[in-house]
Amino acid sequence: MKPVKFTAIVDHLILITGSLVMILPVVMLLQMASTTDLETMRNGPGLVFGDQIPVNFHKAMFEASGFSGKNTGLNMLYNSMILGFGFAIGKIVIGMMAAYAIVYFRLRFATFAFWIIFTTLLLPLEVRILPSYEIVQKLGMLNTYQGLIIPLIASATATFFFRQFFRSVPEELIEAARIDGAGPIKFFVDILVPLSRTMIAAMFIIMFVYGWNQYLWPTMITTEEGMFTLVRGIKQITQSLEGTNLPEYGKSNILQIIAILPPVLIVIFFQSWFVKGLTDSDK
Amino acid sequence: MAATDLWSPVHIYGGFMKRAGFSTRWLPILLLLPQLSIILIFFYWPAAHAVKSSFYLQDPFGFGETFVGMKNYTALLKSSAYLRSAQFTVIFTLIVTMLSLSLALLLAVKADKVIKGAKTYRTLLMWVYAVAPPVAGVIGLVLFDQSWGPLKDFFGLFGWDFRLGVTYFDTAFAMVVVSVWKQLPVNFIFFLSGLQSIPKSVREAALIDNRSATGRFWDVTFPLLAPTAFFLLIINITYALFDTFGIIDTLAKGEPSNNPMTLVYRVYVDGFRGNDLGGSSAQSVVLMVLVLALTVFQFRMVERRIHYT
Repeated sequence: MKPVKFTAIVDHLILITGSLVMILPVVMLLQMASTTDLETMRNGPGLVFGDQIPVNFHKAMFEASGFSGKNTGLNMLYNSMILGFGFAIGKIVIGMMAAYAIVYFRLRFATFAFWIIFTTLLLPLEVRILPSYEIVQKLGMLNTYQGLIIPLIASATATFFFRQFFRSVPEELIEAARIDGAGPIKFFVDILVPLSRTMIAAMFIIMFVYGWNQYLWPTMITTEEGMFTLVRGIKQITQSLEGTNLPEYGKSNILQIIAILPPVLIVIFFQSWFVKGLTDSDK
Repeated sequence: MAATDLWSPVHIYGGFMKRAGFSTRWLPILLLLPQLSIILIFFYWPAAHAVKSSFYLQDPFGFGETFVGMKNYTALLKSSAYLRSAQFTVIFTLIVTMLSLSLALLLAVKADKVIKGAKTYRTLLMWVYAVAPPVAGVIGLVLFDQSWGPLKDFFGLFGWDFRLGVTYFDTAFAMVVVSVWKQLPVNFIFFLSGLQSIPKSVREAALIDNRSATGRFWDVTFPLLAPTAFFLLIINITYALFDTFGIIDTLAKGEPSNNPMTLVYRVYVDGFRGNDLGGSSAQSVVLMVLVLALTVFQFRMVERRIHYT
């Protein structure tokens, strides 16, 4: 057996330290969620786990914190799911359609369409947040799922990703399909979509996480508590922690854990797809 | 490197479509319609609106607006609060970018090297990618809590009386720590995949030529990682400018007045809370110009071929 090298130990020490820095803050949340609010208020995070998780979980999921009684954890979870899925699916469907049109058709204004779409990559929503809000307001879409999801789709990341992928698909495929008499719709549905399966999966993971984690836009667009997502609700939770006699730490910590769990699980379970998608696309 | 491929001029100028494309007229228009209409309504309209309102002064009670030319812009330049935010944003962006890039590079190099537990380390170091920025901010609130925050206690051991939300420097410090924590995984993933795409033959050749591991890293590995690093530099600057919004907002605890804030956060605070539409729009336009300049810079660098692959 070879002796263990000193450098190898250092390497592992660095990696272990890095991993701990990543995990410990969330373990701390979990520990705080397992004790009573009084205990947290007195001592903060500790080393011993308590038995209060079921109690706090029940409070977080079924008791509302606002005035309307509508923003229970369960309801916010539902809204987050709609935002995550709606955003991911919408972006993929619209992006694939547009990319297909740009790559596979002889269009006179293809260059023009391409530049119009391309420009959207340059300016994030945060930069044009107020006018976007005004327009959504004018269209009567405040506090609706459409108002929440559609303006977020107005950037062409997915379109570019699929355009790039379609261009790497061999030319012979479409020639063969045409010889066999397949029309453009049949070629798309029967050949191109099945061929893009892995890419669709990777895109879905990235977009779901992106949509789920949206904060600024939902904060502006949803004022009704029944429309809050988990991530948007965090703002209200932290505000309620300030100034109350006995802040509901347990409930707040459980809600935060629920807010990070679905995207984290997806990223961990579909790691290879996710990493491939992320490093192949731009963001 | 696929990531920079997207931006390569060849991809943008040359060959928009397949040679053997379909020639149906109505179908592509139909296919493009949803994307184009969403972009026109929710991208170009608001962007144009921001440019236009930046030249107007809005009546606070909603009675029309008056054209004021460049006044909103000159007011920005004269506002000490705005300039302080600009200064903070530059420093914040530099520190967050440099720290998260270098720490991620260190971890990626080690994770690429170890044999045992490589997969576990990868998972443990990347999952924070999926944590929402405001949640990261709330974790920061706990870590730096005034009465029992573990990190606050830790700094107390060295005589540093840490006061989040009270002392300007301390709040800025917490914002940097949380932002770096949140951004490490993205950089780690890109660096690791960049490292793993270096061919084995190159590594072996380097091993023969250069005995010292550090020398090998700087002479061979690092130049090969340059395209990835450059791409990440842009991504990180964008992140520090825009995506840290949730972190800044939670750590400032809704009291932005005496706390450090980034330019993007100020657009929101002045426009949405302060109701200064013209000023906020002018700020938006300044940011748009900034992002456009960054993109032009990126194009030029890609044209000069930083990539060796």
